[in-house]
Amino acid sequence: MILHPLVPTMNKPIIEMKGIVKTYNLGKPNELEILHGIDLTVDAGEFVAIVGESGSGKSTLMNIIGCLDRPTHGQYHLDGLDISTANARQLASIRNQKIGFVFQTFNLIGRTTALKNVELPMLYAHIPQAKRTQRAKQLLEMVGMKDRMKHQPNELSGGQKQRVAIARAMANHPAILLADEPTGALDSATSRTVMDLFHQLHRQQHMTIVLITHSQALSEEAQRILTLSDGKIIHERKGSKAGELNG
Amino acid sequence: MDNILLALNALRANKMRSLLTMLGIIIGIASVIGITTIGDSLSGYINTTMSGLGASNLTVNVTEKSESDDFLDTLLMFAPSSPSEKDMITQSMLDQYQTTFDGYIQDIAYSTSIGSTTLTLNNTDYHLTLNGVNAGIAHTESIELVTGRFIRDDDATRKVAIIADTLATALYPNIDPLGHTIELSILGSTIPFYIVGVYADPNANTPMALIMPNQSTVYIPYECAIDLTYGNQGYSSLTIVPAIGVDNDWFLDSTQKFFESYYYRNDSHTVTAYSLDTMLESMNDMINAVSIAIACIAAISLLVGGIGVMNIMLVSITERTREIGTRVALGARPMDIRVQFVVESIIICLIGGMIGMVLGIALANVGTSLLGFAASPSLGNCIMAISFSMAIGVFFGYYPANKAAKLDPIDALRYE
Repeated sequence: MILHPLVPTMNKPIIEMKGIVKTYNLGKPNELEILHGIDLTVDAGEFVAIVGESGSGKSTLMNIIGCLDRPTHGQYHLDGLDISTANARQLASIRNQKIGFVFQTFNLIGRTTALKNVELPMLYAHIPQAKRTQRAKQLLEMVGMKDRMKHQPNELSGGQKQRVAIARAMANHPAILLADEPTGALDSATSRTVMDLFHQLHRQQHMTIVLITHSQALSEEAQRILTLSDGKIIHERKGSKAGELNG
Repeated sequence: MDNILLALNALRANKMRSLLTMLGIIIGIASVIGITTIGDSLSGYINTTMSGLGASNLTVNVTEKSESDDFLDTLLMFAPSSPSEKDMITQSMLDQYQTTFDGYIQDIAYSTSIGSTTLTLNNTDYHLTLNGVNAGIAHTESIELVTGRFIRDDDATRKVAIIADTLATALYPNIDPLGHTIELSILGSTIPFYIVGVYADPNANTPMALIMPNQSTVYIPYECAIDLTYGNQGYSSLTIVPAIGVDNDWFLDSTQKFFESYYYRNDSHTVTAYSLDTMLESMNDMINAVSIAIACIAAISLLVGGIGVMNIMLVSITERTREIGTRVALGARPMDIRVQFVVESIIICLIGGMIGMVLGIALANVGTSLLGFAASPSLGNCIMAISFSMAIGVFFGYYPANKAAKLDPIDALRYE
C-alpha cells in the first residue's frame, strides 16, 4: 500500500524532549551550559531540519538525540523509551535498534566491502549471517548501489559512499534517520542525489528524518525547520520547498 | 567468527607491521619449543637406551675417599678403584648384609676378570676373556643358557666353565660338549675345565662379531678364579638385584649406609652405592633443569614480544579511533569493541605462536641430528606453546582493547 504524500502523518511522537539541559564540566570552575532547556517533539514520519550556526549547540543536541550522550537535566523519550535513565549498554542497544546515523564524513569502515558495511549494525544486533546478507543486498539495491556491493570504500566516490552509509543507517529498521550535514562533503550535484534519496525514504517508507545542517537552502526542503541559537530553539517554521521535491 | 575475519582483515592491511610484531612471539615460542624439545628428546633417548639394562640394579663400589666437592671427584666416585685387600668388602660384611636385608635381595652378583687367553682350533684363533663369577651374574648380565647350567655358588673352587655356543661348536663340532673339557691357560699353566654349560653368544650376528671375530667370554667360578690367580680375598665391586617390589631409593640408601658403617675408620676408602635408575634420574633432573633455565631465558623474549604486541595494538587503536566511534554509534557495546581487539591481539600471537612452533621443531630437529639422536617433539609442549601464546594475546591485548572500549564515541567520531 502506497500512502499519498498529502495524507497527514500519524501523530505518534518519536522524539519527545522536555527541558533538556546539557552542561559540561559540571561542578568545576569551567562549568559550561550548552543547551538551556530544549523542548522538542518530532512525530513519526516527519522530516525535520535543525539549523544553526556553529557554536549554537547543534552538535550537542544531535549527540543527545543520537543517544551518544545523555542530558544533564530534562526528559528524553525516543520511540517511547526513556533515554535519560538508560545506562551505557542500553544506550548502545537503542542506537543499534532505533537510530540510523548518517555522517558528514560517511564513516564507512575501511578495507571492508559495501555489503559488510551495511551488515555491521545487524551484526551488533546478532542477526544471523544469511539474513544479514539478504537485507544488506536489498538495501544496497534500494540506494542504487547494487553493482558496487563488493567494492571497498576507497573504490567508491563520495556520493556512492554516502548512499552506502544511508543503506547502513536503514539496516535495523530504525525509528529515525539522524543525518549530520550529510551533504557537507559533497558537490552540489551529488548533494542533490543524496537529498533525493532522503526524500524518497521519507515519502515511500515514511522514515522519520532529522537533518542537522547549517545550510538554510537545504533545510527548506524539510517539512519543519527549527533554528537553534545559543542553546535554545529560537524559531520554528515550515520549510518553503517541502513537498516540492520528489524522491 | 566475524571477529576473527575482522582481525585477519586488519592484519592483512598492515602485513609488514603484523609480521614484525609477530617476530617477537615467533622467536620466543621457537626458542622455548626448540630447547624443551631437545631436552625432552635427549632424556627420552637416554631413558630408552638405558632401560632394559637392569636399571634398578644396585652397584656397590669401593671408592677412594675424597675431601673436595670438586665436580670431577664426584664423577670419579662412580668409577671403581683398585683398593688393597684391607679396603675390600669382606665375605663377613656380605654375609651380614644378606642376613640384614633378607627378603629384599633377589641376587648378589660379583665378578673378577682374570685376563684373557687364546685357543687355537683348526688354525683359527679364539680369543677368550676369563671371568670369575658367582651365580648372580647370570641375572645381572642376562646370560642365556643354551644347554647345561650356569656357575652355582657351591661350585667354589671346582674347575668348571661356561662357554659360548660359538666356541662350543668349534670345540666339539658334532657332540654335546657338556662333560668334556676345555684347556685354558692361566698365568702360564694350562688347566683343564669341565664344560658344564653353554650360553648363547650375545655378539653372534651383530657387528661386533665382524669387528672382533671368535671373541667370547668363558665364565668360571669366582673363588676358583681368585685361587688360581692368587688374587685378593674380598670384593671391590658388587651388583645387587633388589627383589621385585622393593623401593629402589630406600634400598639404595640403606645399602649405602650399611656398607658405609664398616668404613668410618678407613681413611682412604669408602663405598659408593648407585643404580642406573638414580643416575638416570639425576641426569634427567639435570637436563630438565638446564632446559627449563634456558627456556626461561627464552621466555623473556616472549615477554618482549608481548609488549611489542601491546604497543602495536595501541597504535592500531589510535589509528582506528574513528572506526571505533562509528562502530559504537552503530550499536557496538563496549564489550563488542573489547572482544574485537582482544581477538585481533590473540590472532597476532596465535599466528606467531604457530610459526614459532614449526620453527622451534625444525630447530630441535637440526639440533638433535647434530647431537646424533632423533627429535621427539611432544604434543604437550606444542599445546602449551599455543595456549601460552594465546594467553600472551589476551594479557597484552586486554589493556589496549579496554582502552578502545572506553573511548567516548563523541570524541572518537570527531577524531582526525
